[in-house]
Amino acid sequence: MSDVCIIGAGIHPFGRTDGMSGLQQGVFAARQAMGDAGVDWPEIEIAFGGSSAAGNADTMVSELGLTGVPFINVANGCATGGSALYGAYAAIKAGQADLALAVGFDKHPRGSFDPKPADWGLPDWVGEVGLMLTTQFFALKLRRYMEQHGISVQTLGRVAEKAFENGALAPHSWRKTPVDLDTILNSQMVNDPLTKFMFCSPAEGGVALVLASEKKARALGAVPVKLKTATMRTRPPGSFEVFSPSLDIERGPSPTVIASKAAFEAAGVGPGDIDVAQLQDTESGAEIMHMAENGFCADGDQEQWIAEGRTKIGGSLPVNTDGGCLACGEPIGASGLRQVYENVIQLRGTAGARQVAGARTAYSHVYGAPGVSAITILQR
Amino acid sequence: MAKIAENLFTAGPQPQLIGGRDRETGRVVFPMPADADRFEAIALPNEGTIWSWSVQRFRPKSPPYAGPEAFEPFGIAYVQLGDQVIVETRLSGFAFDALKVGLPCRLVLEDLGGRQSFAFAPMEAS
Repeated sequence: MSDVCIIGAGIHPFGRTDGMSGLQQGVFAARQAMGDAGVDWPEIEIAFGGSSAAGNADTMVSELGLTGVPFINVANGCATGGSALYGAYAAIKAGQADLALAVGFDKHPRGSFDPKPADWGLPDWVGEVGLMLTTQFFALKLRRYMEQHGISVQTLGRVAEKAFENGALAPHSWRKTPVDLDTILNSQMVNDPLTKFMFCSPAEGGVALVLASEKKARALGAVPVKLKTATMRTRPPGSFEVFSPSLDIERGPSPTVIASKAAFEAAGVGPGDIDVAQLQDTESGAEIMHMAENGFCADGDQEQWIAEGRTKIGGSLPVNTDGGCLACGEPIGASGLRQVYENVIQLRGTAGARQVAGARTAYSHVYGAPGVSAITILQR
Repeated sequence: MAKIAENLFTAGPQPQLIGGRDRETGRVVFPMPADADRFEAIALPNEGTIWSWSVQRFRPKSPPYAGPEAFEPFGIAYVQLGDQVIVETRLSGFAFDALKVGLPCRLVLEDLGGRQSFAFAPMEAS
C-alpha cells in the first residue's frame, strides 16, 4: 500500500465574506490547493467534499470543469471535512487513485445553530423545552469535568486568550485582535461557566487539500507532507455526547479517546512525538478536555500546563496555532480541514510569525455531533 | 392543560419521568423509545442529585423553542436518578449562584408556554 502525501493546500479566509457563497469559497480553496500542488483539475482522479449548510460539494464541477471525475459528497456533521479527507486518503491508500482532492466549505447564518430534533433522532419536545442547543452540551460536559479534575475558570479564560493571540498571527483567521484575560472572563455569560469570548461562532470559509500517492508526489517533484494516518470513529457505549436526553450511569470513553488511540497506533508514534497539535476547541473547555482525551496529558494536568504556557507557540506542545475555532470561527464543513491546512503550513516551515520551530510531526483532532471524532497525524 | 408530550411523565402529587428499560441488557434510557418490543416502560425515581449544571442565558431560537416569548434565563442540568440513569432537564426554583454538583432535587411539573412540562426543583420546595 502506498504512503499518502499532501502536496497542495488552499484556504479561503474564514469569517464573513458577503457576496460569496460557501460553494464559491470551496472552489476558491480548491483552485488554490491545485495551484499550490502544481496540478490541474483534469488530473484529479477522485474528489470528496462537503458542507453542512452551503449545498452539495459535487456541484462545484460546473465551476472547476466537467471532467467526469467521481465526486463524493460527505455529510458528517462537524467531522465533514475530516471525513472527506478520510475518503481521499483511503482511495489513495487502496491504490484506487494517485491524485485526489478533499474539500470542505460552509456558510452559516449569524447566531447559534438551530438543529431540528428529528434530524438527530429525537422527539420534538426536546427542542420545545429549550434543550436542543450545542452550547448547553459543552457547558454541561465541562462543568462535570471541572468538578472532577480541578479545572478553574481562569484556565478557561487563558485558553481563549491564547486563541486570540495566535489568531492575530494567522492570515486566514477571523478574529485578528488579541483580547485580554479580564475582558474574556467578564464578558457576557452564555452558558455558565462559558462566556461569549470562550465560544466559537458559526462562520464561513473553505479549505481544500490535494493528496497524492508517494510515487505521484515524487513524479511531480513536490515537497510532500506525509499523511501518516487519517482515522475516524463514532461513539462507544457510555460516552457523553451532544443532544443526549439521558446518559448511562456507567460512563465510557469518548469517540476521541478511541480515535486517538487508533491513530497513534496506525502512525507508529506516540503523544510525546507530536510537535504541534490542532484540537477541537468549539469552546475553551473543549480544548482542555481534548488535551487529555487525545492522550497528551492526564486529566487535571491541564491546569498546570496552561498556567505554564506549555500550549502556547514556543511551549512544549503548541495547541491551535492559528487560533483554532475560537479565532477562526466554525464553518462546519471546512473546520476539520483548516486544522490539517494549518499543520501542513507548520510542517513546511512557512507559518511566519506563528511558526513552531522545527515542527516535524503534527496532530489534528476534530469532534462533532452526534459523537464523531476524526484524527490526522502528519509528518515531514 | 395539555402535556408537552404524551408518555413522558406520570402526573399526580409525586410525578415521575417515564423511561425505558432494555428487556435484554437492563440498560435504562429516557425518554421511553418507540420500540416497545425491546424496551419496557418504567417510572423513574422522583428524586435525584445534580450531576452537572449550567444556565441557559439566551433565548433558544423558535422553532423549535416553545417557551414564553418574554425570556428569563433558566437553569439546566443532568440529574442522576439513583443507580438507573442520568437525565437532562430544566431546573426550577434554584438560585443560580447556589447551583452545584451533588445537590439533591426532585421532579416537578410546570407550565411552559401553556403546556405542562417537567423540571427538577430543590428538595425543600413544596
